Amino acid sequence: MSGSHAHALHYHGHSPVHHLPAETKLVGLLVFVLSVVSTPPTAIWAFCGYALILMIALGLSEVPARFFITRMAIDLPFVLFALLIPFVGVEPKIAIGPFAISEPGLLSAWNILVKATLGAGASVMLAATTEVPDLLRGLQRLKVPVVLVAIASFMIRYLDVVAGEFRRTRVAMAARGHNPRTVFDAKPLAVASGALFIRSYERGERVHQAMLARGYDGTWPSSGNERIAAKTWIVGLTPALFAVIVAIAARLL
Amino acid sequence: MIGLKVTDLSFHYPDRTQVLNGINFQIEPGERVGLLGPNGAGKTTLLLHLNGLLRAAEGTIQVGDLTLSDEVLSEVRRMVGFVFQDPDDQLFMATVAEDVAFGPRNFGFGQAEVDRRVESALEAVGESDLAPRAPHHLSGGERRKVAIATVLSTDSALLVLDEPTSNLDPAGRRELVNLLASLPATLLVVSHDLPFVLELCPRSLIIDQGRIVADGETRQLLLDRELLAKHRLELAYGFDPANIADR
Amino acid sequence: MHMPDGYINLATSAGAAVVAAGGVATSLRNSGKELAERQVPLAGLTAAYVFAVQMLNFPVAAGTSGHLLGGALAAILLGPTLGALVVTVVVVMQALLFADGGVSALGLNVLNMALVTPVVGWLVFRWLMKVLPARTSSAVVSSMVAAAVSVVASATAFVIEYSLGGQGGVAVGTVLQAMVGVHALIGLGEGLITALTVGTVLAVRPDLVKGAADLPLVTDRTAPSRATTVTFVVGGLVAALVLVFVLAPIASSAPDGLEKVALDTGFSEAATDHPVGGPLADYGVSGVDSERAGTVLAGTIGVAATFAIGLAIATLLRRRRAT
Repeated sequence: MSGSHAHALHYHGHSPVHHLPAETKLVGLLVFVLSVVSTPPTAIWAFCGYALILMIALGLSEVPARFFITRMAIDLPFVLFALLIPFVGVEPKIAIGPFAISEPGLLSAWNILVKATLGAGASVMLAATTEVPDLLRGLQRLKVPVVLVAIASFMIRYLDVVAGEFRRTRVAMAARGHNPRTVFDAKPLAVASGALFIRSYERGERVHQAMLARGYDGTWPSSGNERIAAKTWIVGLTPALFAVIVAIAARLL
Repeated sequence: MIGLKVTDLSFHYPDRTQVLNGINFQIEPGERVGLLGPNGAGKTTLLLHLNGLLRAAEGTIQVGDLTLSDEVLSEVRRMVGFVFQDPDDQLFMATVAEDVAFGPRNFGFGQAEVDRRVESALEAVGESDLAPRAPHHLSGGERRKVAIATVLSTDSALLVLDEPTSNLDPAGRRELVNLLASLPATLLVVSHDLPFVLELCPRSLIIDQGRIVADGETRQLLLDRELLAKHRLELAYGFDPANIADR
Repeated sequence: MHMPDGYINLATSAGAAVVAAGGVATSLRNSGKELAERQVPLAGLTAAYVFAVQMLNFPVAAGTSGHLLGGALAAILLGPTLGALVVTVVVVMQALLFADGGVSALGLNVLNMALVTPVVGWLVFRWLMKVLPARTSSAVVSSMVAAAVSVVASATAFVIEYSLGGQGGVAVGTVLQAMVGVHALIGLGEGLITALTVGTVLAVRPDLVKGAADLPLVTDRTAPSRATTVTFVVGGLVAALVLVFVLAPIASSAPDGLEKVALDTGFSEAATDHPVGGPLADYGVSGVDSERAGTVLAGTIGVAATFAIGLAIATLLRRRRAT
């Protein structure tokens, strides 16, 4: 996560995808990913279809492919893990060189790889094209309990502040020669973590006072709840609709 | 503009530590008053009483025509604008515009009125461009000005500021003085920054160990070396109030 | 720990989402009005804190590192209800803003990381606090055990989900062994950091530790007696054994009939040559050819290691008190 920006995956832009209301993108993301996950791993052409949908959306969003691909690197540990599966998988096995490769393991690895990658790609699309305040408003309009949205809003607002305090502490410790190697070296870090919690909590208390001072009475003020036109929903959900068609076709064929 | 009258205010924490010990003072509408004192003198505690964030065991607080009580708490909080020491505590919403709108929304204004208030409050602090920005991307000076806008948007007629010059660079500090001096509001300013108080506030109070120990013209107080030394106040090196012209 | 899309099938993911939504709704209802009035900013700041400490990687063993889950920590500090809500928000936002964890797996991830860890952590913590004498040192030791157990419980939840809706290819026993084994080690780090964090908070603002609200506020400076240590060892041991012998068989019994053949033939051979997740190879269980025995052995090693560290902390504490 980059130090100066709470939302490292966001790519500032003014494309049609950026301007879609966040709730259409959230629903679209969910539908797309569910379609992908429901597809049998043997329907390889279907995954090509999903990838194509994602690429078209990427093109429309004007997010550079390079940005997109590097941000998908979060997927990498799972790629590595999936690559191990054929080696530890169940019978029947086929011999490739000195290795005994599990056939079901191979299928499972492919299944995880392709679905995790498409899922991560779709998630990065949402994150890259949606500003945090829009995302929070979208969640609120999708009837996510307002208290949870409020907690998320505070979390994002203070992430940099808290992480910054933590980073400064760690730099200060490193400056005095702290170099953790084993679990036991983590003690100063844990003490710093305790101090950080107290600081965060006390800031929470001060924020609460600042809210009271401006008339907060326990009801979170709701911002405008303007409805979205049906047309916008249709446009926003188009990629997801194509994904559903692909998923149904993959089941039937 | 409204005045403030504090009578016999005493406060102690649950562990019996006495923080305020019979505070009495009065501020006329439109006055700008500095509140000086060493760390731990009770400055912030006093401020927290002025809009009922802390409730004293004894004493009364009168804001304009209202005597602070549960019934008028919401009204008093609207009249008293509290600018906290750390703008990060004050700016808690996702964007500047939403933050400035937080007060007006709580006080029940409609969307159109909220928008108007946000616009005029940001204009008053000269930062209209910042509306869509996220608070954590602002500079120290911008944060301070937006924090002031968050209380201007509720039409606060009495502004209470806790250490407003902390973490400001000299240019930001200069802009803050000009901004505060231009506001049509009664001001009560807590600060360790004595030149700042001298420039902004004709009158000052000194508080120590929960009591008001001096009340008078800021320049006269700052010229009294003995008084300052007794209450752990110190002028910056090379700064002499006698040589400064009135604003 | 953030599961991506495609690990678990749709039906199980949907089931987990329903369970998770129910859990979150229950937490919201239990937190009631106090949450709205007072605790929203506190919860938000704590969420930011949990997010920040999750970036705290600690070395585990053999070149791997784990990061703090923070579920037990949040529960001990804030109580299980608010703790669960805070970690839920963290997990959901990690998926939506950072693409960390799949959207279809959101229910699973919330269940494993935001509900299982605070609830298990809280239950173990409160139970130990009841058994141990009312002292600050007991709270520290209980935090350690609670956090370690919560991580293993979270890993066990994953294995249960895998046994219900995994995409196949790997025997459940292998997964169980890998997950519980690795997470027993990660649990040690989690336990240590959680315990030290709780200890630091208790020393400065004991009023902020919800789980220790009934402790006398005056911190005692007496060394824990020998009886304390014995109680701690016995109590923690029972908790961990419960985990190994009760939870582990649940995870492995379901697919037993279906996959028995595959397990007996495939598992031992594969595990010997090709360890999952690295450290398992050094973990001493790869040669075991009975799935059940291997599971229990993995768990037992985890438990033993947990207690070695727990004892070390207790001894350290005692020595420091004595000086």
